[in-house]
Amino acid sequence: MIWLTWRQFRPQAIAAVGALAAMAIVLAATRPGLSSGYAAAGLSACHAHCATAASIFLDRVGNFDKFLDFGGVLLIIVAPVLMGLFWGAPLIAREVAEGTHRIAWNQSVTRTRWTIVKLGLVGLAAISTAGLLSLMVTWWASPIDAASLAGGSAQAGTGGNGVHITFNGFGEARLDPVIFDARGVAPLGYAALAFALGVTVGVLLRRTLPAMALTLVAFVAIQVLMPNFVRPHLLPPAHFTAPLSTQHGQVGTNVGTGITDIQLTGSFAKPGAWVLSDTVITPSGAQPSDIIMTPAGPEFTVLPRACTPTPGSGFNPVPCRETLAAMHLRQAVTYQPASRFWPLQWIETGIYLLLTAGLGWVCVWQVRRRRTP
Amino acid sequence: MSSTTAAIEAHGLGKRYGHRWALADCTLTIPAGHVAGLVGPNGAGKTTLISLATGMLAPTTGTIEVLGGLPASGPGQLARVGYVAQDTPTYAGLSVADHLRLGAHLNPRWDAGLARRRIEQLSLDPKQKAGRLSGGQRAQLALTLALAKRPELLILDEPIASLDPVARREFLQVLMHVTAEQELSVVMSSHLVADLERVADYLVVLVASRVRIDGEVDDLLATHHLLTGPRRAAATLPASQQVITDSHAGRQSTFLVRSSEPIIDPAWTAEEVSLEDLVLAYMGPSSGSPQEQRLEVHQ
Repeated sequence: MIWLTWRQFRPQAIAAVGALAAMAIVLAATRPGLSSGYAAAGLSACHAHCATAASIFLDRVGNFDKFLDFGGVLLIIVAPVLMGLFWGAPLIAREVAEGTHRIAWNQSVTRTRWTIVKLGLVGLAAISTAGLLSLMVTWWASPIDAASLAGGSAQAGTGGNGVHITFNGFGEARLDPVIFDARGVAPLGYAALAFALGVTVGVLLRRTLPAMALTLVAFVAIQVLMPNFVRPHLLPPAHFTAPLSTQHGQVGTNVGTGITDIQLTGSFAKPGAWVLSDTVITPSGAQPSDIIMTPAGPEFTVLPRACTPTPGSGFNPVPCRETLAAMHLRQAVTYQPASRFWPLQWIETGIYLLLTAGLGWVCVWQVRRRRTP
Repeated sequence: MSSTTAAIEAHGLGKRYGHRWALADCTLTIPAGHVAGLVGPNGAGKTTLISLATGMLAPTTGTIEVLGGLPASGPGQLARVGYVAQDTPTYAGLSVADHLRLGAHLNPRWDAGLARRRIEQLSLDPKQKAGRLSGGQRAQLALTLALAKRPELLILDEPIASLDPVARREFLQVLMHVTAEQELSVVMSSHLVADLERVADYLVVLVASRVRIDGEVDDLLATHHLLTGPRRAAATLPASQQVITDSHAGRQSTFLVRSSEPIIDPAWTAEEVSLEDLVLAYMGPSSGSPQEQRLEVHQ
């Protein structure tokens, strides 16, 4: 059974090894440049208050390396889907569709064993591929991740020569919903789940193409639902609250609407944290009803209703500031601290592996049901 | 294999897909030690019966035993039964040699010498991908795979239906040759009697899930007679002569009768029946409603 599984999987295995090798060469060739940039920015020797050096390093990362960083993340997120589609969905569906299951199930091997060996071996291959990919990309991107953890942030378009391209998510913390999926052990769990999902859908639909389509839809749904609705609650989030200083709020006037408002800066500063919600509250904990507020990262744009300019009379910032100060506004943040990265990784991977085992059981049970002539 | 064990034994066997019964209340015994032909019109339930016998399907009702065991119930049972499925599937991407390796890895009783000899006799190129073989070659490869696992029973489901006449003849020749050599029981379904006439020594006619007639081919031929004589009603024939079909033209009547006694009435011209005529007589519409036919057939 092992031989047959290997013989049938050989073309895909060769393709995967080829892709991994090509990737390893590109990453190994570009990584020294990244390391030396990291050292040159003084980060190797920096042990405390390294945010500035980290930002300098991140700003100096070249376009090609940014592209690789982005591509690496994308590849790790896409690879499980591909393995679910091209390794998982056809694994049994194709046999049934082409009638070869009638050969396979009439050798002196029970179909339970046939299913378990196929699932196990190709599943292990999928997990190993994702593991190698994750290991390579995590290693390559470790200077960027370290700089990000040290509080650095990339300011697109500042300094240096030439055009700077901004990639969404570059230099983001490891807990960022997208980066999280592409670091640590989560990709292994994703790969296992995508593969098992593909096989199960294939067994149920018994046709390869519809199985691939449904696997794609179902797995993308999981990839969207997990970070947005499940992961924030896997561990109870931490809370931060601190008074908002109204003294140094910048007064600005929106040219279009002519409305003047005040920008306040919150004091929440935890590098690498995953901010789940960031609001302004009154000392009693309630949402202030007498201001109009737009939160944006560490900054809030607030407009006390008392200050809404009336036609004819101009805007006077002084009573406005006083009104704001009297409110004793506070910043309230719910977040997952950077230290939760590994606990969250293990919990999420554990959930995926449990789901994978459940799907594997469904596959064996369905094949054993003997309803495919 | 004890001689009393049946190759296939079914009791009240049924398989339902949704609301449609592909096979309903089928009871039959196909003895071991024969090359048994399973014939019947399309839709009679032959393929469903074979799928149940190979364990590809689970029955909805009733029981089926193959060589005394439950189909596909374990590696041991699987090893005893060889199966060549309809349209003789093979792995298109695997070579002929790969198929033999597959057989060797998955069957403890695999006869590598036999497999190699068969491939040589068929002059198949071991490196050729199965997807590039002709229909006849693929059927031969599937047969080789089933034979080299050294089964006690070989089940073939319309293996030659899609082959051209030359490939069909070659396949049957090989089958005859090997069954004589290996002493194995064979159950082979077909809707073409001519295919079976050459190889089968036992016959089961299945119509609408019911066994219309079964028995050794020689016995069947010896007990069936085509009688031609002056016109008379079927009911007036002696009780020992069971009328299978009758036709009347002008003053003449023709009856196909089953009788274990010799025909002595001098008014009749008695002729021998060919297997094909016999099967067609049982498969085709005969006197009486289908319900009555079923009642009269299997004593």
